[in-house]
Amino acid sequence: MSSPDFDLDARLGKPWKKPPFVQRPWLRYTLWMGFVAYLIAAWMTIEVDWARVYAGLERGQKFVLAFTSPDFTTRSSDIYGGMLESIVMTVAASVVGIIISIPIALGAARNVAPLPVYLICRGIIAISRALQEIIVAILLVAIFGFGPLAGFLTLSFATIGFLSKLLAEDIESMDRVQAEAIKASGARWTQWINYGVQPQVMPRLIGLSIYRVDINFRESAILGLVGAGGIGATLNTAFDRYEYDTAAAILILIIVIVMALEYISGFVRARVQ
Amino acid sequence: MLRLDKLVKTYKTGDQALKSVSLEIPEGQVLALIGPSGAGKSTLIRCINRLVEPTSGKVYLGNVELTGLSSGALRRERRRMGMIFQEYALVERLSVMENVLSGRLGYVGFWRSFLRRFPQSDVDEAFRLLDRVGLAHMADKRADELSGGQRQRVGICRALIQNPALLLVDEPTASLDPKTSRQIMRLICELCRERGLAAIINIHDVALAQMFVQRVVGLRVGAIEFDGPPDALTPDVLTTIYGEEDWEATIEAVEDDDIEAAE
Repeated sequence: MSSPDFDLDARLGKPWKKPPFVQRPWLRYTLWMGFVAYLIAAWMTIEVDWARVYAGLERGQKFVLAFTSPDFTTRSSDIYGGMLESIVMTVAASVVGIIISIPIALGAARNVAPLPVYLICRGIIAISRALQEIIVAILLVAIFGFGPLAGFLTLSFATIGFLSKLLAEDIESMDRVQAEAIKASGARWTQWINYGVQPQVMPRLIGLSIYRVDINFRESAILGLVGAGGIGATLNTAFDRYEYDTAAAILILIIVIVMALEYISGFVRARVQ
Repeated sequence: MLRLDKLVKTYKTGDQALKSVSLEIPEGQVLALIGPSGAGKSTLIRCINRLVEPTSGKVYLGNVELTGLSSGALRRERRRMGMIFQEYALVERLSVMENVLSGRLGYVGFWRSFLRRFPQSDVDEAFRLLDRVGLAHMADKRADELSGGQRQRVGICRALIQNPALLLVDEPTASLDPKTSRQIMRLICELCRERGLAAIINIHDVALAQMFVQRVVGLRVGAIEFDGPPDALTPDVLTTIYGEEDWEATIEAVEDDDIEAAE
């Protein structure tokens, strides 16, 4: 056997190199030159007012030094109340968001849902993902007033876009044959989902859910800045009053809780594989 | 018992996988479907239980025309057709028992299956079948802990617990070693005999097919090229199915030397 139109003897003894990603040399060099020109141009647009930086350094230093003496006590009832509100918002929004996300994810997976359902569910996901949390929060604060209800609704809404999209992608990339085998036994659609699809996507669902709890907690600290309740409101007040030691205490608490969630999520994900 | 009438399948890409295939299988007959990759073997058996929708033609199981059924009626008819897959197609993250019981999904309601509360008779039958294939002690293991041969035996139990009249078997031995392949083929054919089941077995391995089945059908680019008893497979016939090659070494080169029961 030998390949047609191939002169082996002429080829032997010559080195081999991986063909370049961009085949045409002129295009390849133009792309490189454009990239370098962009870097130079971008560098030249940076404007720094060094006098302002020098003045700001002192404030920055104060803020960083506050971390060496965080003040948990002076505003302890505010911190405690804000923290509790944030945690309640996070848990409630995550549970509600996840419960709503699951049917939408099924609808947004092309291999599970018919086309009209698919388009509607993808539309919901697109809307949820297009609107940034802060913008949604501002809108909801305007409707429902200041407080954690607006924050809870914002986080639920954001959870739907995040979880449905990623879960739908996992459903679309599942092993088709395993699901086919369940279908071949005469299972109904709901049984098919429960036996053929759910076991395959469960680890991903659990992993994403824990990750989302983590994100929701961090977001809840930001949402307070626009009046949507939670620890963010307390943090904002502390900054406004230049109480950097209280702000540092709050930030340390947020970091500790996020790290704890991170640890738990790693542990749980390892167990559900 | 099973009758295919001018079955045609043209995929959206324009590939014609089946060109007017007509075939009749009597009660209790085990048939091997051979042919090169891409001949349409897999498409043919998937058109029978409509995992693939045929483009035209009819399929009759007994007196029921499968091709015209609504989705509810199709589900009920699928219960009468057990399917065994290439690469086993067990749901890997479910236990062996759940995989076997999933063969009963067509018979039980959603909540029963969701809560894994299957009728006692189903559970008993599952244990009987697992014991028959020598895996009863593995019932609560997860499917992905099993070896290839064990997984395929679980796949066989899942198909049989449906209490089918027909088995559709898609390359049951494609990913198994030669010895396990024979054990699996022997097990499938024995169980078909015990229960009087008809079966269509897609298989690459011509010699293996010859050892176990009563009838061989050769498929080539979507059309039947050969239909006869296994010993009528001559080098000439294999050349028409697969193309030119030296066939003397393939035909019955393997003797049935390991007679031990497939356990």
